[in-house]
Amino acid sequence: MLNLRDKGAQLWEDWNRPKRVAFALIMIFGVFLLPYAGDFSFTSILNTPIASYQAILVYPVGMYILMALGLNIVVGKSGLLDLGYVAFFAIGAYTAAILGTKTTLNIWEILPMGMGFAMLAGVLLGIPTLRLRGDYLAIVTLGFGEIVRIAVLNTNSIGGPNGIPGVPNPPSILGQSFDLANPAHFFWIVVVMILFVIWMVRRLSIRRPGRAWEAIRQDEDVAILMGVPTLRYKIWSFSIGAAVGGAAGVIFASQQMLVAPQTFTFNVSVLILSCVVFGGMGNIWGVVLGATILSYFPERIRFISSARQLVFGLALIITMNLRPDGLLPRKKREHLSLEEREAAKAAKAALKQAKKLNSGASK
Amino acid sequence: MNFSVVQSQFFPLLINGLALGFIYVLISVGYTMVYGVLRLINFANSEIFMLGTFATIIVSRTVFKFDINSQPSHGMKLLIVLLCCLLAAMLTSGVVAVLVELVAYRRLRSRGTNRLGSLISAIGTSIVLSEGVRLLTHSLPESSPRVLSKFYIFTIHGVGLRIDQFLVIISGALFFFAVDRFVKLTRIGKAIRAVSMSEENSRLMGINLNRVISITFLVGGLVTGAAAFLYETVYETTVFNVGFNLGIAAFTAAVLGGIGNLRGAFYGGLTLGLAEEFFSAVLGTQWKEVTVFVVLVLVLLVRPNGLFGEAIQQSRV
Repeated sequence: MLNLRDKGAQLWEDWNRPKRVAFALIMIFGVFLLPYAGDFSFTSILNTPIASYQAILVYPVGMYILMALGLNIVVGKSGLLDLGYVAFFAIGAYTAAILGTKTTLNIWEILPMGMGFAMLAGVLLGIPTLRLRGDYLAIVTLGFGEIVRIAVLNTNSIGGPNGIPGVPNPPSILGQSFDLANPAHFFWIVVVMILFVIWMVRRLSIRRPGRAWEAIRQDEDVAILMGVPTLRYKIWSFSIGAAVGGAAGVIFASQQMLVAPQTFTFNVSVLILSCVVFGGMGNIWGVVLGATILSYFPERIRFISSARQLVFGLALIITMNLRPDGLLPRKKREHLSLEEREAAKAAKAALKQAKKLNSGASK
Repeated sequence: MNFSVVQSQFFPLLINGLALGFIYVLISVGYTMVYGVLRLINFANSEIFMLGTFATIIVSRTVFKFDINSQPSHGMKLLIVLLCCLLAAMLTSGVVAVLVELVAYRRLRSRGTNRLGSLISAIGTSIVLSEGVRLLTHSLPESSPRVLSKFYIFTIHGVGLRIDQFLVIISGALFFFAVDRFVKLTRIGKAIRAVSMSEENSRLMGINLNRVISITFLVGGLVTGAAAFLYETVYETTVFNVGFNLGIAAFTAAVLGGIGNLRGAFYGGLTLGLAEEFFSAVLGTQWKEVTVFVVLVLVLLVRPNGLFGEAIQQSRV
């Protein structure tokens, strides 16, 4: 099978810096134009039948990519199974709703606070539970997600089952207003956040925290023996992932202008986890691809509305059976040193030379 | 907070808690057995349970022509109806469990990939099953016709034991005892225990891994089906997502007792059933799930391997 990931990575590695920058800029520009991609007759297949295509790009597509990238830090990078990720999304959304309706703070000011509260929740949950392993951690995080939802549902001072309506839209930037009529503007904001998270994860991955997470994921006992302070880095991973979820929650609340507890069910956690595993755990581009497909596809087939979840489930089973490591799995060895890379290049060149000689000789 | 209710309603709460607890015990047996051999949460177990409840209703409605107005039956006929419903539920759940293993786990396992891959395919299977039933039932709850008239066996000081609760407690204990003996005493039970100890070594000893895993799913499914039948005799209603909350609670029970350990499922299920009844009496039913999870977190903090878990994995405190 053609290995797209390795081909892409090879191409990227062979390029020099200006080429890389130019390619990245073109791609980012293309992504920013996505809200208008459904406008032409030959691309009208992109348009979603019920909800407007531009709105779909913000929620669920953009939000799910953002959250899947956040969860990828926890599940993909450090190998901690978190089944309650929706809790951080909910904390972010409710921070935006409560502060947005009861104080005069605007959404841009609330955004870091939402991230902060989610992060705090991540640390508070992490300190006692990250000592647990594997599936115990999974069930405790699942419980945490449910606790947050039920607590919100039963607290009447924050709306109870009715939620909080009238969450303000963010104030405009550069004359671009944010409201329900302009989903494209929200999409651009979400893309900026996604780009920031991708940049952050790529930076972290090749530095000390990333190496510590990789060590913890591969074998925690060995990591401890090598002197990695595992608990500290696990809490870091947890709280950074939580902050991303919180940020997604704030933007979600201000775009939908309404938060209600029934949005934050266990199913959302499962769906985001599916995005991560389906796309390819630990690989940023895999996660982005997985989240895009799993969030866009159910909306695209909404015309068979009642059966679309069924099709979604079937797609999960079939894809996982055909590609068990996800669509774009991570490379087996992610970080080669410069010397190793040079050596690999030399070896490849030598192999080419040898093949040439060989074919020449056989003639 | 209403503590006086615990005093005044102690025995009714105790009986309700035991009945719920035994249903949890049987469902968590399904989780804990699969976890024992595969080290995986069987996410489709809640749907296996759900299909069992529907099988019970379908048999009592179509085969025995019970409907919402018909009188509960007595004597020999009652026994036959109950046994047939029980068998139907067990067979349905057992067969579905084996199919789930074939579809969601086998191919992925043979390719030796990461655990989360099969977790997602199990989630996919669970979505397909529950959505399929949702489409067939148009998302409506189905009520089960009353086959067993609910009389009190005896009453002491105004505290009664209802026949259906009695049935659940007795047959729950019997089923658990049977599974426990099966795993402890039979040859295939020994193979199951060997696989859960070490997959590699048991394969070296000539154990047919696929067969053992299939049988584990079958036994887990049969017991889950029995739980579904008992659930229907007490609560008499079902819906396409009935398994969701029960499944989470039963899995919590399995973890509470120490997952992978049958006896743990027993104590965990009973603890959880009783805790749910008493906490919801004191705090109000809307906090039921929260208190359960809080109890779980507290227990895991003190005993990271569950109440009765063996210290196989070293805890890290």
